[in-house]
Amino acid sequence: MTGPRQASAMATFSHKDLLSIQQLSVDDITLILDTAEALKEVAARPVKKVPTLRGKTVINLFFEPSTRTRSSFELAEKRLSADILNFSPSTSSVSKGETLLDTAHNLEAMAPDIIVIRHESAGAPHLLSRECRSSIVNAGDGMHEHPTQALLDALTVRTMKGRLDRLKIAIVGDISHSRVARSDTMLFHKMGSEVWVCGPPTLIPWEFDLLGAKINGRMEEAIEGADVIMMLRLQHERQNEAFIPSTREYYNFYGLTRERMRLAKKDTIVMHPGPMNRGVEIDSDVADAGYSVILNQVANGVATRMAVLYLLSGNAGLRLKRHSH
Amino acid sequence: MQLILRQGRVVDPSQKLDKVVDLGVEDGHVAEIASRIRKKGRKEIDARGLLVFPGFIDMHAHLREPGREDAETIETGVNAAVRGGYTGVACMPNTQPVNDSEAVTAFILDRAREVSKSAVYPVGAITKGSQGKTLAEIGEMYRAGIVAVSDDGHPVQDSQVMRRAMEYSRLFGLPVIDHCEDKDLAAGGVMHEGYYSTALGLRGMNPAAEELHVIRDAILARQTGAQVHIAHLSTRRSLNAVVRARKEDRIPITCEATPHHLLLTDAAVSTYDTNTKINPPLRSRDDVDALVKGIASGDIDVIATDHAPHNINDKMLEYDRAPFGIVGLETAVGLIYDRFVRPGTLTLERFVQLFSTNPARILKLQRGTLAKGSWADITVLDPELSWEVHAGEFCSRSRNTPFEGWKLVGGPAITVVKGKVVWSL
Repeated sequence: MTGPRQASAMATFSHKDLLSIQQLSVDDITLILDTAEALKEVAARPVKKVPTLRGKTVINLFFEPSTRTRSSFELAEKRLSADILNFSPSTSSVSKGETLLDTAHNLEAMAPDIIVIRHESAGAPHLLSRECRSSIVNAGDGMHEHPTQALLDALTVRTMKGRLDRLKIAIVGDISHSRVARSDTMLFHKMGSEVWVCGPPTLIPWEFDLLGAKINGRMEEAIEGADVIMMLRLQHERQNEAFIPSTREYYNFYGLTRERMRLAKKDTIVMHPGPMNRGVEIDSDVADAGYSVILNQVANGVATRMAVLYLLSGNAGLRLKRHSH
Repeated sequence: MQLILRQGRVVDPSQKLDKVVDLGVEDGHVAEIASRIRKKGRKEIDARGLLVFPGFIDMHAHLREPGREDAETIETGVNAAVRGGYTGVACMPNTQPVNDSEAVTAFILDRAREVSKSAVYPVGAITKGSQGKTLAEIGEMYRAGIVAVSDDGHPVQDSQVMRRAMEYSRLFGLPVIDHCEDKDLAAGGVMHEGYYSTALGLRGMNPAAEELHVIRDAILARQTGAQVHIAHLSTRRSLNAVVRARKEDRIPITCEATPHHLLLTDAAVSTYDTNTKINPPLRSRDDVDALVKGIASGDIDVIATDHAPHNINDKMLEYDRAPFGIVGLETAVGLIYDRFVRPGTLTLERFVQLFSTNPARILKLQRGTLAKGSWADITVLDPELSWEVHAGEFCSRSRNTPFEGWKLVGGPAITVVKGKVVWSL
């Protein structure tokens, strides 16, 4: 595993946008993580700011309510000294019936360098990417991807485990509706780890194996010997759509309890992209125990997003999408 | 004579004809087919090197008038049809208001007469407002001129209603055309359920939603004796069900496939281009392979466009918010000729059956033939024409095609309706 690299190596990030984990090569991922590692140190300074993005404008375009991802991006942007414009549907013309494209064109006219977008429709960042000169960062699109979440998860795992290959990663919960599950599966599979996805069969698409995951409906088998257990949030509305009989039964079969934790490796770590439903998918005594790295994830989120913004800055207008593999 | 097409290669499966001949037209009807016609024509066309077919009929189009004239009108739709090589086009009833009454049927036919180019064959709704509850006035629409019934786009979910529709339509010999979709099973889906829907995070439509209704319709068709036609059939198992019903139950069930289901797979959705959003959705490679075999073998009777124009403002949206449908009238013939006839997958005879003979037979149109005395509806194709699909040049009012930029060889050259040249290159 490589350590932090110098800035000279960073010029090799050749993407205009960060739309998905799917678009990234192993080298791209390693570069982002190395850069994030180097930028972590900024948070330890008395003055938590570097001038890297001074004079650059970043627009945070959040169509879906978000607290943690949005504040994480905002903090990352501030620490890089970027000028920030926050734009959300409740305060904008979207509620007056403006289309996404018109909104995008209007924002583009303000000449931003980077647009960070979260949207409830899969592919919305791709639509922007086709129409905008600015670099687009996908901060979560529908059930599609959430690439910066997967990257911060990887940074957390790499910090704790010292590597990203030859690990057993168990992702448990509502796989179907989770963009985090998709991005994480693809990322850890690309990096050479074994990804198990686990949950009620009604909440796992049959084709997840083609993304590189092993599918298993039994929690005990999925977490047995796992190095990493990633719990996903169960959305309450799923119960009304007849995906599961009840949250009580769900907890009985898929809740992460202290008892089930015994099946995992001794040095296993527990992750959760948040927000947690204590007592539904995860017990409080697990969430708050020593093996829980949930708060490390939050801290790493800022560094990872700083890395992404830094690597993309200067790539606006780039049409060339080179794939190193 | 009114018109003579000289020395074209006439391919007409209805009379097992494939020969270079002169074709003479008088009073809108085919008057003579001979190796050399001595008489002079008031209009003469040198058809050397061209292919001459009985007029092509699209049995599945949406002309949007009345109601969505911003997307298409009967006039622009007909212009698109004749330019695409069609002499007749059947229009689905999901207009606003729905074509569920004699008055709407009459309106459509009046508008078509004013335009006076290709024939327009209205399809009436099965149920009032296509709500799936009570039967529309099928008999009165029949008297006004509908050629079939269908609740296309809002398929009848209640099997009891479907059974009654089949029983009732028999009285008039009207085919029942069904867009097969179990709405509950497909609920919320925007593309084919499979690897790509999973990878792209888009809600999938289970292919079983189509297959279950194909099987339901086949069973009801056997019971009721109705003439059932499956619209835009798109999966291997749907096709298997149709073939089995014909073979084992000996029912005359027919089906159509669209050019896009024959040429594109669900992989095309990867760019989130809303011009790949269609219902039924683009399917897997395995399904596409089965459909291509089906048109070659004749198991699939008809190629229809499912021409579905949409205003560009409606399509330039997020994938899951955009409406389903693409235009097809101006690309179908060229696409199928270039991709399947030229490489030899389809014989010319089969090609003509798929576009003319069979649609005419299924809709009982007294078309689809160039036999002496029949209407002179003629599609002429130039097999060497090199062209590229450019939506900007369409006669259709809409531009929503996934085939933009496709380079094709072979395309419509002249369209003749009732002996009159209504379009030529």
